[in-house]
Amino acid sequence: MAKTSELSLSVRLFLKAYPWRKINPTPWSPLQKPLSECRFALASSAGFVLPNQEPFDDHVKGGDPSYRWIPTDSDVGSLIETHRSQSFDHSGLEQDPNLGFPLDHFRTFEAEGRIGALNHRHLSFMGSITAPGRFTSRSAPEFSEALADDGVDAVLLVPV
Amino acid sequence: MCNQTVSLAAAALEQRGITTVVLQFLKDVAIKVGPPRGLLVPFPHGFALGKPLDPAGQRDVLTQALSLLECQDLVPPHLSTYQNSTTTEKEG
Repeated sequence: MAKTSELSLSVRLFLKAYPWRKINPTPWSPLQKPLSECRFALASSAGFVLPNQEPFDDHVKGGDPSYRWIPTDSDVGSLIETHRSQSFDHSGLEQDPNLGFPLDHFRTFEAEGRIGALNHRHLSFMGSITAPGRFTSRSAPEFSEALADDGVDAVLLVPV
Repeated sequence: MCNQTVSLAAAALEQRGITTVVLQFLKDVAIKVGPPRGLLVPFPHGFALGKPLDPAGQRDVLTQALSLLECQDLVPPHLSTYQNSTTTEKEG
């Protein structure tokens, strides 16, 4: 797995001092039916946007807490990665956006019956958020309610 | 930071009754933050599913993530480590 020792010194020092937000207590919602009957959505923290959407804002102090909806019929190849961090190699995502937003794989899972159905929209946000207060108090409850209203049963979340 | 952000998003989703699984790069961060259901992957940041344009390898990661969703006997927070079940050589 990735090791913090592989990161730059400045990033390592930041991570060492950073006050990580502990999830406590852990919310827990096990599946109530087989995956083959579940409605599925994807979430990516790569900061992907479609060409007609506003990119995530690099200049928001503490990180841009906003999110975008990616329609399920989107062409994965048209996604534009707008993640602000320079502490990782972006070349893989540029070459193959499925690395961060595996919609094509989930279309296959849906066709095979491995999952019940893909939701009509999926979630994109920009994960480089050092001050997550606005994300946890506004964005996350809002998109969670929206996906619950869509009837989504399960979500895969992919960081970068 | 993405490890934490997807974990916080997962917590909000679980609070709304939606089952989640998050991929994670850094074990120490995953333990500190504690996403409900996590799968540690052995790849560099930016390569959550392994190699670009390697559908079989990427699918293997996703298959293990889906399997975690189906486990009914996990104790939260749960963290598993991805085990390569393909013959594809992995990055990292």
